[in-house]
Amino acid sequence: MALPPYASPIEKVWFWVFRGFCGLVLLFLITPVLVIIPLSFSSSSFLTYPLPGFSLRWYAAIFDTSGPWMGALKNSLIVAPLATLLAMTFGTLAAVGLNRADFPGKGLIIALLISPMVVPLVIVAVGMYFFFAQVGLLNSYAGLVLAHTVLGVPFVVITVNATLQGFDFNQVRAGASLGANPLRVFFTIILPQIVPGVVSGGLFAFATSFDEVVVALFIASPTERTLPIQMFSGIRENISPAIAAMATILILMSTLLLVTMELLRRRSERLKGAI
Amino acid sequence: MTTTIAASQPPSRPAGTLKAQLRRAERLRKWKAFGLVAPLALFLIVVFVMPIGSMLWRSVDNTELESVMPLTTAGLQRWDGTGLPDESTMASFAAELRDSRQGGGLGRIGRRLNYEDTQYRSLLMRTLRGLPASLEGDADWTTTLIEIDEAWGETATWLGIQRAAPPTTDRYLLASVDLERGDTGQIQRIGEGDRLYQAVFQRTLVIAGGVTLICLALGFPLAYLLATLPAKTSNLLMILVLLPFWTSLLVRTAAWIILLQSNGLVNQSLMATGVIDSPLQLVFNRIGVFFAMVHILLPFMVLPLYSVMKGISPSYQRAAVSLGAHPFAAFWQVYVPQTISGIAAGTILVFIMALGYYITPALVGGPADQMVSYYVAYYTNSTNNWGMAAALGSILLVVTLMLYLVYHRLVNRKQMIRH
Repeated sequence: MALPPYASPIEKVWFWVFRGFCGLVLLFLITPVLVIIPLSFSSSSFLTYPLPGFSLRWYAAIFDTSGPWMGALKNSLIVAPLATLLAMTFGTLAAVGLNRADFPGKGLIIALLISPMVVPLVIVAVGMYFFFAQVGLLNSYAGLVLAHTVLGVPFVVITVNATLQGFDFNQVRAGASLGANPLRVFFTIILPQIVPGVVSGGLFAFATSFDEVVVALFIASPTERTLPIQMFSGIRENISPAIAAMATILILMSTLLLVTMELLRRRSERLKGAI
Repeated sequence: MTTTIAASQPPSRPAGTLKAQLRRAERLRKWKAFGLVAPLALFLIVVFVMPIGSMLWRSVDNTELESVMPLTTAGLQRWDGTGLPDESTMASFAAELRDSRQGGGLGRIGRRLNYEDTQYRSLLMRTLRGLPASLEGDADWTTTLIEIDEAWGETATWLGIQRAAPPTTDRYLLASVDLERGDTGQIQRIGEGDRLYQAVFQRTLVIAGGVTLICLALGFPLAYLLATLPAKTSNLLMILVLLPFWTSLLVRTAAWIILLQSNGLVNQSLMATGVIDSPLQLVFNRIGVFFAMVHILLPFMVLPLYSVMKGISPSYQRAAVSLGAHPFAAFWQVYVPQTISGIAAGTILVFIMALGYYITPALVGGPADQMVSYYVAYYTNSTNNWGMAAALGSILLVVTLMLYLVYHRLVNRKQMIRH
């Protein structure tokens, strides 16, 4: 959409106004993410520019094992991978099932599988709070893992479902007719072809668990305090450069996630092109 | 798939066995497919649907009194509401009140009765202290209770307990839209000074609607630019949309507090350029809520718009211009109508997400910017008024699901058109 050489002055003005506006919107999107990074290296405990000096003390504070951050990070690193693994297993099986055949009530089941994405988090949180209290899952790692699995599952179902769109189930029959059992068929024929979908769904599920506050606030006790809860109470009480340091680490993580997702997308596009 | 196999068979062959075999194989395939979906469906029903169902149930659940005082509630339901309940009801009330100290029953009924009138809890405590172990001679429980506290001689006291006695109630649902039942059971609006939730729902709609409109106004041009730029540039710019999208919500909320605080970058630069003399209050109020929420939800507007715009051929617009249309007319009358499905999808998606927001308003908003979610959380955690939490949550859930149905229709239609 370059400006043609015969554009009238009004068109030129409009062209640049439009681009300027879009530039400002992009600036609005990216500034908050970038502004917080330098503050984490500040030597002062005030979050203001210009920085009085450079220091790594806030990173030291975060990585101090007696501080609150390492415990919270550990909890998140217990809960998120387990929830991701469960969501990936359940979600992949379900997505394969949804694509294999039509069966009665399929539409309703799809709606059920997607619904954790739609229902407001506070409602999920309150419902689980009451329910987990009754069955003894409140204030437990197991409860938190189950809750985060629920929230992560729709992403896996959706992404795996999308990768399965081009999958030819005749391959499954071919495998079976050559004598492979269903398990072998799954691991040698289906899985290698849908791996990009499973992994990106898993990354979504991981990111969801790693960033989830509302449900965790309701169903976790201080023992299972996850990183987002620690961030939340930190922001609420007194926002310090330690939070900026943690934020920087999280931004680094999301950049890695973004790059991985992009690589996965390219890979699946390349595969589609090759066929 | 079945039909192609069936059609490839010679038609002259008698239908019997092969057809039956095929049907059996097909049925087996359906069961296998269902078997793969079943574990997740079952898991979600137990860990997701049942909890939400039980929350919905709590919005009408009223069994506190019945569970602690089964005989009294049964007696009160027989009572016609004039004079005082009969002696046997009084006796069972005294007995069940004494037993209620065990297992936290007293706390439950005290809390429940206090919703009717804030005097009940202390009345129950006073009565409990004065209650004799057993009755001497010809004394009866009615007189004894009135001797302990005169309130027990008033019909209104017992009417309040009678109102709280049935196993289900609509009081929480009514209260969450600022309604109540009057003395004769008719539904009426509550006193002007007590109306709270209408304002809360209104505020929620205003914030969600405002955020959605701003997102559309910012997102539409951006999506248009990204869709019309050469792929290389647009991929590069897309990173600027996707990086915030992938960044933790809490990180972004914290960043906005830092940017908007009174000595933050925004105020500093405004003061440096001389636009303002003293710092503006930009955070912990409505402005901060809008900034942070628009920032968080904007990608959810840009991405669906972008995917729709990417599929629109620019030649229609060029054709319109070459036929003499003003470029703006060509854009407005030829291009924009083709993006309607994207606009609808993005708008509803952002609106749905904004409706249920809790974290951002809780962190960057003031007391006057809290949305429905905040009150659901407040009643669950702070006051233990679970009926109210459930009723507000139910309304929020119903509105969200209805909007999602609309969204689903629109998106599905869009996909049908594409194919």
